[in-house]
Amino acid sequence: MISTLTRTERFLALWISMAVSICGLALAIAGREDPLLIHGLLILLFGLVCSYIVMFGYEEKAPGTERLSLYYDEPIKAGVIFAMIWAVFGMFMGVWVAAQLAWPDLAFDAPWSGLGRLRPTHTTGVIFGFGGNALIATSFHVVQRTSRARLPDQLSSWFVLVGYNMYCLIAVSGYLLGITQSKEYAESEWYADIWLVLVWVTYFVLYIRTLARRKEPHIYVANWYFLAFILVVAILHIVNNLAVPVSLGHAKSYTVWPGVQDAMVQWWYGHNAVAFFLTSGFLGMLYYYLPVRAQRPIFSYRLSILSFWGITFFYMWAGSHHLHYTALPDWVQTLGMTFSIMLLVPSWASAGNALLTLNGAWHRVRDDATLRFMMIAAVFYGLSTFEGSFMAIRPVNSLSHYTDWTIGHVHAGALGWVALITFGSFYTLVPVLWKRRQMYSPALIEWHFWLALAGTLIYVFAMWNSGIIQGLMWRTYTEEDTLAYSFVDSLKAMWPYYVARAFGGLLFLIGAIICLYNILMTIRSPDKAESRDDVPHPADLALAGE
Amino acid sequence: MSEFFHRKLERSAIGFVLAIIAAASVGGIVEIAPLFTIDETVEAAPDMRLYTPLELAGRNIYVREGCYACHSQMIRTLRDEVDRYGPYSLAVESKNDHPMLWGSKRTGPDLARVGDKYGDAWHVAHLTYPRDVVPESNMPAYRWLARTELRIDDLSEHLAAQRMVGVPYTDEMVKDARADAYAQANPDTDGVPGVMQRYGDETQVRAFDGVTSQLTEMDALVAYLQILGRLTDAAHKNTAAPETSPQPLD
Repeated sequence: MISTLTRTERFLALWISMAVSICGLALAIAGREDPLLIHGLLILLFGLVCSYIVMFGYEEKAPGTERLSLYYDEPIKAGVIFAMIWAVFGMFMGVWVAAQLAWPDLAFDAPWSGLGRLRPTHTTGVIFGFGGNALIATSFHVVQRTSRARLPDQLSSWFVLVGYNMYCLIAVSGYLLGITQSKEYAESEWYADIWLVLVWVTYFVLYIRTLARRKEPHIYVANWYFLAFILVVAILHIVNNLAVPVSLGHAKSYTVWPGVQDAMVQWWYGHNAVAFFLTSGFLGMLYYYLPVRAQRPIFSYRLSILSFWGITFFYMWAGSHHLHYTALPDWVQTLGMTFSIMLLVPSWASAGNALLTLNGAWHRVRDDATLRFMMIAAVFYGLSTFEGSFMAIRPVNSLSHYTDWTIGHVHAGALGWVALITFGSFYTLVPVLWKRRQMYSPALIEWHFWLALAGTLIYVFAMWNSGIIQGLMWRTYTEEDTLAYSFVDSLKAMWPYYVARAFGGLLFLIGAIICLYNILMTIRSPDKAESRDDVPHPADLALAGE
Repeated sequence: MSEFFHRKLERSAIGFVLAIIAAASVGGIVEIAPLFTIDETVEAAPDMRLYTPLELAGRNIYVREGCYACHSQMIRTLRDEVDRYGPYSLAVESKNDHPMLWGSKRTGPDLARVGDKYGDAWHVAHLTYPRDVVPESNMPAYRWLARTELRIDDLSEHLAAQRMVGVPYTDEMVKDARADAYAQANPDTDGVPGVMQRYGDETQVRAFDGVTSQLTEMDALVAYLQILGRLTDAAHKNTAAPETSPQPLD
């Protein structure tokens, strides 16, 4: 790792690691009477470990200019591994939380193991840990290949990847310690949020610098999506997290947004985190790995344009559908509903474009579990975007909101779309990265596929059932015009579905563990395959040598 | 023609970046900015009280433990919700809330009007081990709240930060935050009249966890739960009728 950095970069890396350590020490001293102390020490430790790693490799031979004739894939390899470790962690937390809902005493008599603290470790672990690392890794891969240009330097990509994982670590450990702003999917506190801004700006600059070096006249469609993902997530993150810390010695902060405006900002963020993190970014993945694996060009360039701009424009209006029938003014609710329905057009344009790309390659879908992962992902993308538009209709939302139906919908998207497209992309990417002929075990990919599909279906069907039953029980009246069921009646009716959901989640988790094992065994396998084609454009050499 | 235009656009990274920012900004600006300028967004409620320092500390515990993950505090304008939980929530009721805690999921019931619905002892027993009180409950147990001392030495800083984001705490409230928190849970002490004077006569002053010897996190959380829905009467005076949900059997 350090051996691929130039001398100057090693010096800079050491300097940055030391600066992080000092910031950690300062936070620990300022927050010595607060939970901030633990985070200060954690950041200090993280900085010291990074410094140690850099110093350990500091005197290794510096890389020669021959490196410039190859793509820079080291951080991508690390990103894939990080993503899979987070996946196993995040999904394990999910299964635990799901089990707690069925068997509530499955916790320790300690604050950290309560459902309210564990839940954000699950959501952050899978969305940001697994999803985020997967996006960073694949975006580095895709932008180099589609631009036929190497990343402009070695250090920035490591800063983005390692810095991002430090953010995830602070966020997740914070929730266990009770450090949270309570904003869903943006629970991390002010210092972690500031750090993420630094990481994200570096990410954006790195991406633009790589695009600027491209040897292809046009920017490929996958990069449009990755760009939208990086840019809009930055905007959302900054606006939603504007807050005033209690003091520099407190982890706690108070958001600047009050009540109803806070609700709108939060769900403008929340829904677009789904849009630009979990949709745009992963569509970027789909637009590269699906055609590569299917060996077919994207079906329609025009559909790509339509769906890209449709998604980028419409999604930002849709957040208010999370607040139907609430104290948010009606005009905003109506706008949110309208745009949510219109969103179906670009969403289905994307899903259709993906599936039609497979025309002529259906025999590969049948034989190749990797391609099947991506095909099913596109199907779930189509299904869950339809479901999303449907649930955004006010009367439908009156039934579905606050119930498990929402959870089922989210997981149809998160398991069926986001995770499956990631697994398919990883199975395509890993042999390329480590220069192997294929994955260690195609049979295990097949196992993983069926476990993941079965897990998703069990999960989603359980939550559809429980959600709709819940919603109906809450609104059912007796002949005497009184409410027919108490809240506890509805809770009792949930039990079998909560057990089924935990089981479905467990199957999915087992699949992810198999995937991690398969990737690690592929790395260890001696079956090398050199590809002469997977190199940057020769003209890139001259530029990079400057 | 449009395809030709796009072919030109996708040759420029910076042009593409600017186009994305332009396309993505419109929705947020149109939907969020007017919420600050249109007066009808938040109703008037002259009787609105502020959270006392003890209630604010309790609210922070509610946030810390992630209670919002399973409990909403937003009764929708639907007839069955009004019948179940009480008058539907108004924007003004959360106007001083940083952050809002409307929630998104009801694994447990809505809490927007739970204040005074149960006694303190019920809440203490329920939080200590929910299944002692509601056998079917799947809520986690919060035994340690009653044995954890509440941190009050920094409450002035908390109120000052709340004031910075717009909550109208006075200098006196900020200065006396620590003493006020202590007094609110110790009814026989000298600080009580000050609390009533600063936060209103309806402020509840008592040993919320049933014990006066120590100010615990249980005191703060119960004090907060007991004030939910009781900071203003605006929702009870509101006469607009809720909507009836479409009924499945109609």
